[in-house]
Parts: sequence; structure tokens; C-alpha cells
Amino acid sequence: MAEVLVVAEHDNATLDKATLHAVGAGAQLGGVTVLVAGHDAGGVAAAAAAVDGVGKVVHVDDALYENPVAEDLAALVVAMAEGYDVIAGGSSTFGKNLMPRVAALLDVAQISDVVEILGDDTFKRFIYAGNALATVKTVDAKKVMTVRTTAFPPAAESGGAATVETIQAVAPTELARFLGREVSESERPDLASARVVVSGGRGLGSGENFAVVEALADQLGAAVGASRAAVDAGYVPNDYQVGQTGKIVAPELYIAVGISGAIQHLAGMKDSKVIVAINKDEEAPIFQVADYGLVGDLFQLVPQLTDALKQSKAA
Amino acid sequence: MKILVPVKRVVDYNVTVRVKADGSGVETANVKMSMNPFDEIANEEAIRLKEAGTASEVVAVSIGEAKAQETLRTAMAMGADRAVHVVTDARTDTELQPLAVAKLLRAVVEREQPDLVLMGKQAIDDDSNQTGQMLAALLGWPQATFASKVAVADGGLEVTREIDAGLEKIAVKLPAIVTTDLRLNEPRYASLPNIMKAKKKPIDQLTPDELGVETSPRLTYVRVEEPPKRQGGVRVADIDELLTKLKTEAGVI
Repeated sequence: MAEVLVVAEHDNATLDKATLHAVGAGAQLGGVTVLVAGHDAGGVAAAAAAVDGVGKVVHVDDALYENPVAEDLAALVVAMAEGYDVIAGGSSTFGKNLMPRVAALLDVAQISDVVEILGDDTFKRFIYAGNALATVKTVDAKKVMTVRTTAFPPAAESGGAATVETIQAVAPTELARFLGREVSESERPDLASARVVVSGGRGLGSGENFAVVEALADQLGAAVGASRAAVDAGYVPNDYQVGQTGKIVAPELYIAVGISGAIQHLAGMKDSKVIVAINKDEEAPIFQVADYGLVGDLFQLVPQLTDALKQSKAA
Repeated sequence: MKILVPVKRVVDYNVTVRVKADGSGVETANVKMSMNPFDEIANEEAIRLKEAGTASEVVAVSIGEAKAQETLRTAMAMGADRAVHVVTDARTDTELQPLAVAKLLRAVVEREQPDLVLMGKQAIDDDSNQTGQMLAALLGWPQATFASKVAVADGGLEVTREIDAGLEKIAVKLPAIVTTDLRLNEPRYASLPNIMKAKKKPIDQLTPDELGVETSPRLTYVRVEEPPKRQGGVRVADIDELLTKLKTEAGVI
């Protein structure tokens, strides 16, 4: 059986959900070890050890990994790589930044954003903004990959009883230094894993007008997303972007408000279970993928929907 | 500071590609091709650094068939000073893969000795998002990926990166690799006089053999298929009908 190393994503306090999905994918390939590199992140190592299907946790506690740069983390992963057949992470900005560096240092290909595992060397992934689905087979003995989190069910957060092994940090590369982070604070659920997502596009016209989207989202307990156009126009921050090069989401319900539906946006949301589109342009391509389309003025319809939901909740 | 900008010729972002019936790949014959949008942003940033007096020279490099020269002419019409074309007949969306591209670019870096490589975070054909990170690894250089702001500071760079949670700022030493995200800048359109001028700018031609790089693919494309099509649904007349359908038919609220 293959030995699989999953690199955990965390903030030294909480294990990121992307890691649970990566463990779920990794378990299809073999026995899973999770690497938790952090600083004072013992709680994360314990959480990883409790995840169902994890056989071992390797914990490295060092200030170098408090907010690790890819250079230092890749050096650590490569130093451990010998014992593993597969090295995997979630296809998040963390995984996308780290894994190709690891792959190149090991002189192997990386398989990006895997959506299906067909065998120990054969995988499916999308190319061309989701317009083509490729089956690729690697010749490399060691496989490095990122997995699309929405394509693999998460491993359960409990049920595991992995051993935790502690190892030392590797020498710092001193190539790059973390300076700071501006995290968008929100009470709303995480966009990548929310059950319901309400996204706004260029049709909103301004950042202030996004309030109608947010009011609907709050009524539904939903996350708020956006099209590239809305982010480029400065209506909302970059981490709201859903699409080919932003976040990939697959909620049970996706409501697209004032979004025309460029292929790049569809690539990020077309695996949603139910899609609702509200747009004044009846020719908008978003209607071609929407289960329920409503043509009209979003500034009337969206508040109406919010009110109707409020009333039905009160009733 | 000398800047190298790798630019890739890809199917234009407005084209909806067609999968070939035999499952061998995507149809690229008679399809509009353009510079990868993220590479345009990288080229724009390099040109702005030159206009600001920070950079002394901007060299564009492309890897691909003869027509990659059109992409290099575009890069030079935008303002790159000269270009390097690594000539290969391999399909650059599937056969020539990120690790091989990174090795070719490493060889070009060794010849050109730039202080900075500015490149797109992702090509919109294979959607790999790997080459910059791989090139940084092979050179032993720092990487600042998904950049939305690049500033020169203390002999290195301070780069703001777009991450899932928001923004992150890192400092990297030079030489370095920076990969661009969408918000870094808005690329200019080349003016007609600059398009004419670009025709006279030099393009050096090299081959993978001359660079001593082995480029055979590590991944075999066993099959390329059309993904399952989502069936379009129905139009609803008003909010009441929408709510009813969501509750009773879809059962999602």
C-alpha cells in the first residue's frame, strides 16, 4: 500500500477544512500521514491525529513555521519525502504555492487540482477553465498533487487515533520572510465550504450595493462570493472571487446575482447542486446553467426574496 | 535591474474550446490565440518598473511553435526591449509540461542573468499554476506567487499576495520569481507606432537541445473528454414561484 503524506494547512490553532478533504482523497491511495508544521500548534497536531483515516501525524514545532514561507516549508517536505509515495495537499492558495516547489525539488511532475483518482498513477483534472476533462497518467514513481476540495468528501474529524511523532525543523532558507496578513473578517461561513453561496457581479454597480447580496446571504446563512468583474471593480475583496483562477465552490445552493456567467466564472461554480440566476439580461449565459432563472431588476427582486424568506421563517 | 518575462501563447480567453471527437485533446486549429492574460499583467508590471527607472531592461521569452513569435511581438509592442524564442513543435497545452518549461526557463535565466522573473501565475489552457514555483525551486530562488502589489524595498521586494483568506505580505531577496494575479495592474494596449517599432526589435532563437534540456512529458494525456453538460433549467416568473420551487422541487431551503 502506498504511503501518503498530506501537508496540513492551519493557522496554528485550527486545522483547515481543505486538509480534511485532502486526507479523504489521500486515503483512496494509501495510508495517510499528516505533516503539521507550525509554532505552538500542538492543538492542530492533536486535531489531525483524531481525523478518521490518519495513521500518523508528524509534528514540527518551530518559530520558522509560525507563518511559513513556501521556501522553508518545501525544504521540510522534501527532507521527509523519501518515505512517501504520494505527497498531497488541498488545491488552496496554500497548496498551490507550496506543492509545485516540492515537486520540482524532487524532479517530478505535479498533478494540479485532481478531481478524481482512477488508480495509483492515473487521475482526472479539468483543463481550459473546466471545458475539458483530462485523464492523465504519470510516469513518476513519486506523485505530488493538489486535490480539488469540492471533489472529495472530507475525512471525519473524529474516529482516528493516530500516533504523533515529533521531528526537528530543517535549516532556514532565508530566501523570503513573512511580513503580515490582512484577513477579511467575516461572521459568515467560509466561501469554499458553505452550504449556500450568494454571489454578486458587475450588475451590482458598486460596493455599497453589495448590501442587497449580503442581506440575502445573511437571511440564508450563506457565504458571499463574487465574479471577477466585481472584484476587479473593487466592490469586494479578492478572496470573494469564484472562478477558474479564484475559488472553486460546489454548495447545495448557489445564487448568482447580476452575474452574466463568463466561462471563467462558470468554471468555479457549475458543480453546485442547485443554481439560481437573477439577471436583467435574459440572454446572459448564466441562464444556460441555472436550474431556476429569474429575469428582472436585481434591486427589486433580491430584497423581495430576502423579505419573503424572513416572512416564511417568521410564519 | 534586468527582468525576464515568460509569455505563453494560448487559446484566447473568450473562446469556448471544443474537445476533439477522438478524445486526443482540445481543438486549437483555426482558433483565436492570444497572450496568456496573466502573462500580459506580468509584462505590464515589468514595463512599469522600467518606466519608473527601477528596471533597465525587459526581455520577453516564449516557448512554442513558430507562431509564438506573434506573442513575443505583442510583448515587445507593449514595451519589452527584446525577446527570446525557444522553438519546439510540442503542444504547449499538453505535451510540453510545467516541469519541462521550468527547466527551459532555468536555462534561459542562466544565459540572461535577470534579477527578477515576472510571470503569470497560471496559463489558462492547462490551468496548472506550477511553472513559477518550479522555476524558483530549480534556481534556488525565492518565490512570491499570486502578486497583487510589488514594491522594491531594501534591495529586495515586498510583495502583496492574494490568498484564500485575504492578502498576505512577504519580503523576498533578489533574484526572485514573482507570479502575477489579476489585480496587479491593467495591461496597456499596444499603440500602432509601438507595434511597428516592435517589428524591428530582435528575437533570439534557441532550441531545447541547444539549451541542453530534456523536455519529454511526465504525464500522458490518456483521454480528453467533454465534461458532463449541465442541463439548463426553467425560468420562473417571480419570487414566489422561485421560493416554491426551491422549497418543494429542489428542497434546498
